[in-house]
Amino acid sequence: MQQWVDSLIASGAFGHNPPRDLIYVLFIFVFSAVVFLGVAFPFAGIVSWVERRVWARIQSRVGPNRVGPNGFLQWLADGVKNVCKEDLVPAEADARLFKLAPYLVVIAFVMPWTVMPFSSDLILADLNVGILYMTAVTALTVVGVLMAGWSSNDKWSLIGGVRSAAQIVSYEIPAGLSIFPAVLLTGTLSMQGLIRAQGWAPNHWFAFANPFTFLAANILYISSLAEGNRTPFDLPEADSELVAGFATEYSGMRYLFFFMAEWGNLFIIGAILTTLYLGGWQFPHVSDDRIVMNVLQLVTFNVKVLFLVFVSMWIRATLPRVRIDQLMSVCWKYLIPISFVNMIGTAIWVAIWPDGNPIAGDVMLALFSVLLVLFVRRIIYYFRRSKMEMYLSPVV
Amino acid sequence: MGAVGSYFNHIKDAVTSIFEGMAVTASHFIRKPYTVQYPDRMPVRVQDTLPFRYRGILEVDLEICTGCLACERACPIDCIVIVAEKDKVTKQMMLSQFDIDIAKCMYCGLCSEPCPTGSIHHTTEFEGADFSLESLIRRFIKDPVAAYKPKKGPETDPKIIPILNRGMKYVDEWAQPGGTKPAAEEESA
Repeated sequence: MQQWVDSLIASGAFGHNPPRDLIYVLFIFVFSAVVFLGVAFPFAGIVSWVERRVWARIQSRVGPNRVGPNGFLQWLADGVKNVCKEDLVPAEADARLFKLAPYLVVIAFVMPWTVMPFSSDLILADLNVGILYMTAVTALTVVGVLMAGWSSNDKWSLIGGVRSAAQIVSYEIPAGLSIFPAVLLTGTLSMQGLIRAQGWAPNHWFAFANPFTFLAANILYISSLAEGNRTPFDLPEADSELVAGFATEYSGMRYLFFFMAEWGNLFIIGAILTTLYLGGWQFPHVSDDRIVMNVLQLVTFNVKVLFLVFVSMWIRATLPRVRIDQLMSVCWKYLIPISFVNMIGTAIWVAIWPDGNPIAGDVMLALFSVLLVLFVRRIIYYFRRSKMEMYLSPVV
Repeated sequence: MGAVGSYFNHIKDAVTSIFEGMAVTASHFIRKPYTVQYPDRMPVRVQDTLPFRYRGILEVDLEICTGCLACERACPIDCIVIVAEKDKVTKQMMLSQFDIDIAKCMYCGLCSEPCPTGSIHHTTEFEGADFSLESLIRRFIKDPVAAYKPKKGPETDPKIIPILNRGMKYVDEWAQPGGTKPAAEEESA
């Protein structure tokens, strides 16, 4: 976006000697507001409806289908209901921190949207350290969660908050380490730079560049799920465990803010993964028209991210919760050593083949396709065994 | 096996079991849900699937009601109110009120059993919930009508024949006293 603002200033839209920094700030504010209010928050609401429908279909039921066409307005109804609820602040709770905590978690969810690369021109701020900014800012969730747990003046909220903070902080490590292989392959931390270094075809994506990056992509996905408090790592907010963990004392809209951040984080998880490992918005150059290319790239990016969001929902409906000690053991004993191996392996790979090795990409893609075919055959086996017919329509 | 072997075995077990689970859930995702979406998205109306003898909400076929008041006497809760008087001029039985309070009715069937023509019978309707208690008193007579006089031979009026046939079929469905029907049912049950 910076080039566009520069071109506007150069064309004299703001007069002769405009204060550049103030204009930058103005544009950032306006367009950030547009992206946050128009994309981030509605996405968080709509994905709650999508999750309930997908979850229901996986469990052979229907999901919300009364409020609006196919239940599409259910999230608005939930929002209105929660706004109308009584705003309880416990008497002995630290009121200022109690009220501030949900907003910190929402800020942590909303800030990465400024560096989200929707297409080659549609990015609010192409920072040189884009991916580092994203990782750093999502860590703000820890502060919000700890604040929520402590200020509730409730033993179980405190336990839930501390557990959640421990979980997020622990899984930051494999997530950060798994970003390294992609960065090593390009040498830049900027989001657009990482995408531009990949090609549009799957064998040019970083996920299939070498076996170490493939493992790193998977570990990044698992760690991001754990950071976002998603099942199977949703112990802090599990209903059957600590009531609602750190959010026990919250009611109404404050409670919903925590969940809005969780649903919105799904998009961010998908976005980080597609940017680093799945080729981002890359699309074959079918036209010289900039707008057409941008639209196609936007569609590509969204398709990839939304597919990963669907996979997150699929995993949530499939897997049981892990205990806190199993969670920690998975992180420290399995994910971190493997991430270190990935990092060193990719470093050696880059040292041997500095310009990349296209054959490795083809081989990895072929292996992955074989695994995918086996997986699909397993799905067909279970489907045939059920002796029911296929029903793909989302409308029931 | 050793520690290293078991380490990699754990990873293999975790990965294979997760993908096995995801295959099962994916196979459910592409099927039709089991949910029966009553009442507005049913393939067949539930009322049409219920058996003929189902004791749903009561209904009266006034064309074949003889005004014998057997049902009013049989009801254990007195939810049937009938006003039937012999008209002094035409010497005919005139029915001027036939009210059934379905809120009180306990659907026991004691009224439909003694009916000679089967005019009072249970239907397969069961959706009677309404917003006012008043609407639960079903009033079957607007203007006074003459009661039905059963003929000595078979019925001749073509309008009444189907109603009478249905009524008599309903009455015949009830167990015959001392007959073979209950025994046959016991054998088949």
